Amino acid sequence: MIIQIDHLVKRFGQNEVLKDVSLGVNKGEVISIIGSSGSGKSTLLRCINLLESYQSGSIQFEGKNILSSIKEINSYRAQVGMIFQSFNLFSHLSVLENCVIGQMKVLKKSRADSERLALETLEKVGLAQFAKTSVMTLSGGQKQRVAIARTLCMEPKVLLFDEPTSALDPEMVGEVLNVIKSLALEHRTMIIVTHEMSFAKEVSDRVLFMDKGIILEDGTPDQLFNNPKEERTKEFLSRFRTQ
Amino acid sequence: MITILSKIPNDLWGASAYIFSKYAPLFYFGAKNTLIIALSGTIIGLIIGLGIGILRALPVYDYDSKLKHSVVKFIRFITSIYVEVFRGTPMMVQAVFIYNIFLPVFKNAKLFAGIVIVSINTGAYMAEIIRAGIQSLDKGQNEAARSIGMNNFQTMVFIILPQAIKNAFPAIGNEFVVNIKDTSVLNVIGVTELFFQSTTVAGIIYRFSDTFFVTALIYLFLTYSTTLILKYVEHKMNLGGYDGPQSQTTPLIKAHYVEKEKTL
Repeated sequence: MIIQIDHLVKRFGQNEVLKDVSLGVNKGEVISIIGSSGSGKSTLLRCINLLESYQSGSIQFEGKNILSSIKEINSYRAQVGMIFQSFNLFSHLSVLENCVIGQMKVLKKSRADSERLALETLEKVGLAQFAKTSVMTLSGGQKQRVAIARTLCMEPKVLLFDEPTSALDPEMVGEVLNVIKSLALEHRTMIIVTHEMSFAKEVSDRVLFMDKGIILEDGTPDQLFNNPKEERTKEFLSRFRTQ
Repeated sequence: MITILSKIPNDLWGASAYIFSKYAPLFYFGAKNTLIIALSGTIIGLIIGLGIGILRALPVYDYDSKLKHSVVKFIRFITSIYVEVFRGTPMMVQAVFIYNIFLPVFKNAKLFAGIVIVSINTGAYMAEIIRAGIQSLDKGQNEAARSIGMNNFQTMVFIILPQAIKNAFPAIGNEFVVNIKDTSVLNVIGVTELFFQSTTVAGIIYRFSDTFFVTALIYLFLTYSTTLILKYVEHKMNLGGYDGPQSQTTPLIKAHYVEKEKTL
């Protein structure tokens, strides 16, 4: 188990967004989380990265409670990379600098080493030729690929994708999904919140269906998509197919 | 003395030209001091404003200790007193008050006194400008920085401030222009800036409207040329970015060019 979540509860004021969520993530596992909006998918991801705090329950990373030492929160975050729906690239920096800054400031690597890894990673997502470009001039799909590269440069042990293609035009979705697929082939540990059902089916080892703040169903893609146990899952999936 | 007075032409432009040519060194001295005070005051004020603005924008998160929560609350309280007091009272009053409190120090260093007063006053405005600049940024910038493991300090210095200052640049420059004009209130404590010098000149020749017409033109020249320089710098600063509407699907032509250059 690389991540172990126990009885997680998250409230925004009166609104209970996560109700007693428990989840174990094995090393090398690709997990997709599906469910309608407001079901708590993104909040769960943001809690794992501590971008949101939670009211009760615990999250353990490699056997250690992530809140046990406040001082280590930042180094924990660097090991659990997050890719956002709206990219959140550092808009005052070039593509290369976006990938370099974290390595130099957080991991304290030299500029030469940082740039080497950054260029390698940009090559991998197919954007090495844009290294010196301002991120403002890129298309949405390119921006998201830079964001993935930026996260990969931190050499994280877990990757969290928060609806990585939801802000993209349909024709750009493919290029981003292809990058994520190639990462899945490398057996990286990934948790992907997505609305791309066929992608989730193809890429994941496990699919979770979340509804109203709980994980309602948890199984292999085959079980969950072809043979859902819960009525609510069936309903959700059928609505997706007819859309 | 009588002969000088009788030589002054009677029309506004003629009199002004005469006064300016005759008393140029006095005006020049005043204008120089005005610029020195305004520029130093703006720069020191910006430094104060950066400090205060950052302190006021310090984030605290739920998982931070109770102590940190109270410390941050206290800092916000103290800094807001500074900002509200200095934005809420006239600089002329502040000048007289501060000057007399530190009279032994300031009596023989009026230029220095002027710089201190303008700096403290500008600092309060700059703090608000910087805070607004920080808050205008997308929350995602902060989240992205934290998500790659940056601490609050690194996030602020490497990610937030460069963008906040760039966004706030027009407002920061505007403070400089405002300061060029507002240094005139320092004549109340006898700083020999442009307004003070003009009063001197007008007193010698007893021609107020003509003298202050010259003064107005000098102020206008200073502020307008400053505005032009600031606009130029702003333009230069924005060359890298692109602010217009943008398609999600097609990267900007510029990106294509870069791609072509590299592959050729």
